[in-house]
Amino acid sequence: MTGTLPKIRIRDLHKSFGSKKVLDGINLDVMPGTSFVIIGGSGSGKSVLLRCILGLITPDAGSIEIDGEDMITASPRRQDALRGKIGMLFQNGALFDSLPVWENVTFGLLALKRLNRKDARGHAGSILAQVGLDPTVGELYPSELSGGMQKRVGLARAIAAQPDILFFDEPTTGLDPIMGAVIDGLIVDCVKKLGSTAIAITHDMASAQRIGDEAAMLYKGQLIWQGPASSLMNSGNAMVDQFTHGRREGPITMELRR
Amino acid sequence: MLLDLVAKLGRTTLGLIRAAGSLTLFALSGLSHIVRPPFYGRVFLSTFLETGFFSLPVVALTALFSGGVIALQSYTGFAQYHVQSAIAGIVVLAVTRELGPVLAGLMVAGRVGAAMAAEIGTMRVTDQVDALTTLSTNPMKYLVAPRLLAGIIALPLLVLVADVLGVAGGFTVSVVKLGFSPHAYITATLNSVKVIDVTVGLVKAALFGFLIALMGCYYGYNSKGGAEGVGTATTSAVVAASILLLAFDYLLTDLFFSQ
Repeated sequence: MTGTLPKIRIRDLHKSFGSKKVLDGINLDVMPGTSFVIIGGSGSGKSVLLRCILGLITPDAGSIEIDGEDMITASPRRQDALRGKIGMLFQNGALFDSLPVWENVTFGLLALKRLNRKDARGHAGSILAQVGLDPTVGELYPSELSGGMQKRVGLARAIAAQPDILFFDEPTTGLDPIMGAVIDGLIVDCVKKLGSTAIAITHDMASAQRIGDEAAMLYKGQLIWQGPASSLMNSGNAMVDQFTHGRREGPITMELRR
Repeated sequence: MLLDLVAKLGRTTLGLIRAAGSLTLFALSGLSHIVRPPFYGRVFLSTFLETGFFSLPVVALTALFSGGVIALQSYTGFAQYHVQSAIAGIVVLAVTRELGPVLAGLMVAGRVGAAMAAEIGTMRVTDQVDALTTLSTNPMKYLVAPRLLAGIIALPLLVLVADVLGVAGGFTVSVVKLGFSPHAYITATLNSVKVIDVTVGLVKAALFGFLIALMGCYYGYNSKGGAEGVGTATTSAVVAASILLLAFDYLLTDLFFSQ
């Protein structure tokens, strides 16, 4: 029975900011071990959905279950425990400027007291090696790293605690295509090695197909399509096809001010 | 027309009440995390050094010159009534009761309060605050509580230094420029100052330290909208801290010294 329980189950999720409806009745099941990609245009609600699952934003209505436990109604202590199962790679890395890379990477482990400071530096080196970085990078500060290196350090921080669930927010944004492919490759390797369930949000179609097993498209706060990531480019859904092929003409109209 | 005016007034009042409530809840939450583990000693230590030790030069110079100015101005006024001997008492009371805490507070508000708002504000708009939450760390505990504690402890220590240097400034001007006897000046100073004067000054300093850190953290924590938002948060933190500091200075002075 446990094997069929979704890792993440979302039911009728709603979130508005003022009069703007951002999430409008989201229903989603992500099964254990699945790599799930959510695509959608800018402002379609992808990041808000991810932040709701993490408990960083409180939804107006609906439920979010992680391993069968409701994240929204859980006590703060349980929310912390559920969050402890999740590793997150932020869009811009969100590395702590004031801390060296080794301390960024082991921050969660030190916070959970699963590691002491004496051993943290060495441990950070081994995690950095997993994302293709030299352990000496650990001595640098985030401001001394290139965009690609910052993403790798962010990935190292996300996987450091070997989480059950990994979230990736626009993992390839701001990177050149080769570095984007490298990061995607690292993400796939890490997810496989850890056996984690992954949710990535992106509007990079190449990245979505490299990372994902399954995919869904978010449009105006609703999931309008769900299917295998391999069929993203020929989904049969007019909106998804327009989006994935980047066509100007189609059912999706951009709200431009002239 | 009249209804519009009433509606606008109502909206403004509600906004002010909401802001006061939000600030009060933020302050209570920050204070409660000071006494609840886990404690972040390293963050406290670095903030304490930044607030206390690195503010020493600016506070020391301000106090030194202010003490000298009070001596000079008092002499100008008192000489007309031949009561120059009161200068030592005026300097020590002005410095310990008012100028020490207020000037140190304003200097620290400009230096440290602004830095706190800018640092936490930048962390907020670059998702670093959210990253803390995802890494099993409560941002109120990690960012706010150590800063509040550092403000409460560091400012009284700075004010002690300011008190000594303010009196030293008055002493130097009185002895070197106005021809007072060093021995008579020191004796008059010691006869004029009471423990309550210094104590109240230190109590004020602790409250000012708390207010400065609170404003820096509150505006930084709630900043939004990128670089412009961080700039606004920084300005608001310094302005709010300075106004609150002067308002509470009056209230405490009225509480302790009005007869």
